[in-house]
Amino acid sequence: MAIAAPPTDTVVNVLWIPAGLSCDGDSVALTGATQPAIEEIALGALPGLPNVVFHWPLISYTVGGDFLKAFFAAGRGELDPFVLVVEGSIPNENFAGDGYFSGFGNKPGTDQPMTFSDWIDLLAPKALAVLAAGTCATYGGIHAMAGNPTGAMGILDYLGWNWTSKAGIPIVCVPGCPVQPDNLSETILYLLWQAAGRAPMIPLDDAGRPTWLFGNTVHEGCDRAGYYEQGVFATDYDSPTCLVKIGCWGPVVKCNVPKRGWMGGVGGCPNVGGICIGCTMPGFPDKFMPFMDEPPGAKVSSTVISLYGNAIRTLRSFTQATVDKEPKWRHKGKRLTTGYQPRR
Amino acid sequence: MAIQDLPTTQQTTPQSRLVEMSWDPITRIVGSLGIYTKIDFNAKKVAECHSTSSIFRGYSIFMKGKDPRDAHFITSRICGICGDNHMVCSNYTQNMAFGVRPPALGEWVVNLGEAAEYMFDHNIYQENLVGVDFCEQMVRETNPGVWERAKQTTAPNAGIHGYATIADIMTSLNPFSGDFYRQALQISRYTREMFCLMEGRHVHPSTLYPGGTGTVATNQLFTDYYSRLMRYIEYMKVCVPLHDDLFNFMLEALPGYEHVGERRILLGCWGAFQDPEHCDFKYENMTHWGRKMFVTPGVVVDGKLVTNDLVEINLGIRILLGSSYYEDWPNEETFVSKDPLGNSVDRRHPWNMHTLPTPKKRDFTQQYSWVMSPRWFDGKDHLALDTGGGAIARLWSTALSGLVDIGYIKATGNSVIINLPKSALRGPATFEWKTPQYSNTIERHRARTYFQAYAAAAALHFLDKAFDEMHAGRTRTWEPFTVPQDGFGCGFTEAVRGVLSHHMVIRDGKIANYHPWPPTPWNANPRDVYGTPGPYEDAVQNTPIFEENGPENFKGIDIMRSVRSFDPCLPCGVHMYVGGGKTIETVHSPLAPFG
Repeated sequence: MAIAAPPTDTVVNVLWIPAGLSCDGDSVALTGATQPAIEEIALGALPGLPNVVFHWPLISYTVGGDFLKAFFAAGRGELDPFVLVVEGSIPNENFAGDGYFSGFGNKPGTDQPMTFSDWIDLLAPKALAVLAAGTCATYGGIHAMAGNPTGAMGILDYLGWNWTSKAGIPIVCVPGCPVQPDNLSETILYLLWQAAGRAPMIPLDDAGRPTWLFGNTVHEGCDRAGYYEQGVFATDYDSPTCLVKIGCWGPVVKCNVPKRGWMGGVGGCPNVGGICIGCTMPGFPDKFMPFMDEPPGAKVSSTVISLYGNAIRTLRSFTQATVDKEPKWRHKGKRLTTGYQPRR
Repeated sequence: MAIQDLPTTQQTTPQSRLVEMSWDPITRIVGSLGIYTKIDFNAKKVAECHSTSSIFRGYSIFMKGKDPRDAHFITSRICGICGDNHMVCSNYTQNMAFGVRPPALGEWVVNLGEAAEYMFDHNIYQENLVGVDFCEQMVRETNPGVWERAKQTTAPNAGIHGYATIADIMTSLNPFSGDFYRQALQISRYTREMFCLMEGRHVHPSTLYPGGTGTVATNQLFTDYYSRLMRYIEYMKVCVPLHDDLFNFMLEALPGYEHVGERRILLGCWGAFQDPEHCDFKYENMTHWGRKMFVTPGVVVDGKLVTNDLVEINLGIRILLGSSYYEDWPNEETFVSKDPLGNSVDRRHPWNMHTLPTPKKRDFTQQYSWVMSPRWFDGKDHLALDTGGGAIARLWSTALSGLVDIGYIKATGNSVIINLPKSALRGPATFEWKTPQYSNTIERHRARTYFQAYAAAAALHFLDKAFDEMHAGRTRTWEPFTVPQDGFGCGFTEAVRGVLSHHMVIRDGKIANYHPWPPTPWNANPRDVYGTPGPYEDAVQNTPIFEENGPENFKGIDIMRSVRSFDPCLPCGVHMYVGGGKTIETVHSPLAPFG
């Protein structure tokens, strides 16, 4: 879809509202990104970036009304273009009676908080793109768990799964609880490049996720998948083998974390001993609970793979014994036995 | 900033000029916080302070009926900067309720992860969020006179940190352009890598479980941590003297600044870092193993230690209703009437509390808060303890108890000595944190830097112990357990910004009651039913104002520094209002978002 590309000397504002039901963990995650780092985006360290101005509460120099000026200006259409970043799930304020569940600053002309949904209603129609950071904002996440009192939901439920921005961009979702730092900074970079006319429409899957980040399963990138293949399954949580039988949902969860690591390639989930609890998925958390039980689907597949895996493992042990020994011609003997044949 | 001139006839002397000023949202903290004040510009003083935050999520409600093994996964999501503190506290609670004692190595892994969290979190908060309040741009805008003086003032520790004047330090803290600011961002990243080595992911760990950790403990794991830790220790040898220079300068340049953010010394610390040689997670032995923690729990009142007994601390917690959007629970079930030692447990204790929300309009004369008021009952009074942002309470409590003595750290009875070994380019260094005269803004900030060094020193000890376990072949990090049909547990630790407790009751194999009490509600709660104000009000109200700007371009920097000295973390606080209970008739809305 064609987007009017602003010239690269255009200023693109990033308006960040963490006022949903969240923990601010996605804001904190972004400070940990290194590919690219936030200061590299802010200082224009990468070629082709437009001039970027962040309006991000976590690190903002300004406070209060000074800080909110840009948000109200954007609402009046005086700040264009801007990317709206939302963080946190959206409570259904219909259930808050005369009160509210989630506020950020005050509603102009009143003494009551401006709710998260007020902000979205004001800003989403004017935004170049809406980016949802973290699973609470994308699909609802923890605060939308069964039994919750707030009726919380994600931005896709709030604006509609088929919603597109005035520039024709669908809602961009970077799920994760919290979001993997580089997944978020890289997606922000992509959108800024797109805004500058340097990248085509961001490729997204059915649930709004960038396809190059969320196109594979945890299992496909997990360095413990070899254990699964050989039918070696952990029964204790401190085992270095495959965790599928003690609660890991990796085989069906779309996420690149085991492959990418958490920060600087360090950490992750099943690759370092943490069961995958499906935190990037629309069905999180309820469809994965109780987290520490074997996923129902894993019972059959792990039993089937155990037959194949045991055979494979036995065969491999023979080969391994062979390759674990050096060739016989490495010795201190008097005769060269490498097979070398000098020219006569 | 909203500005509202008030009629001078109300609660003011004829000379005073009371102006309402508000900042909502407060930035450079975690979460949504608004500060509403009345400032007397003639007396240069804050006359009244209200603080408010506006989020309700309902954890204690949606956790009911869930599997008790899920508790730590869920409660980590309470906080996006110290979620791991919640997860660890929840694991402690599960361990007690399930009757499981993790292998020693598992506990050292957790301690190393938590030490990295303190190193990371205090660092990014101090330099990238708080530091901006002391940076060149801010000081120039709020106190041009102080800036001029900073340019003339040689930094006493210039030989160590390389900044010739105080002004140079302030310049290095400018957002993005300042080199110390940018260095701190980088350091916040490799310290989070240290964290991820032990707990898998920041900020919601993947590798922690009741019974221990899934972290595979190998030589590589600990070496990867060690090399990063020594880089951090080298950095601390610069960081501590740099902050001493900066904070001492503020006190010298602005006589009376020690009263900014000052409050009666009423500090709580719930202890951090278990010693696996002593901690069996049995409630009956909690007094003993609590005192063996590597940050000693304690209640400090007027500079004196009241108790360091976790059982006493536990039984003294009371949750009072002030003016919040909740109903009382006089007719609800009491889950735990006696603790395992036979002591009575109060109805207002977290084990027995109920969350009955009734959302309403925010009305400062009636109900205006999503948070209740936690207090600590000493047998006579419901004390409004604060955490001072965590570090000051931890150091104070540890210093007075004098129990920690691990070579790298020694608590002396009135100070804490931190010994850092040689690193790549710098020789050994010793720092001593001495109990200060005041609980105030500058000392809360100063303690934060010292506690970074404390955490690094403690991590050296944990590494020694972890290597010992590994070299002895004791490499298990997790112990199996079963979930009881009925039971209860509690956990105590220190979130980065202060006291953290979790209380859980299990019925029929499911969670029947679960209540986390993190630091921010302790710091920023409203007046309770007895009329006792929360700590923010105490600290900000009556604070002298040193900013040189008048009301027209007032930035409220002294108030911002004071509020940030508590390291507010609003996702933990849910909603707060702190007020004197007075309202002043206003001509037009004082709460409009523009000044």
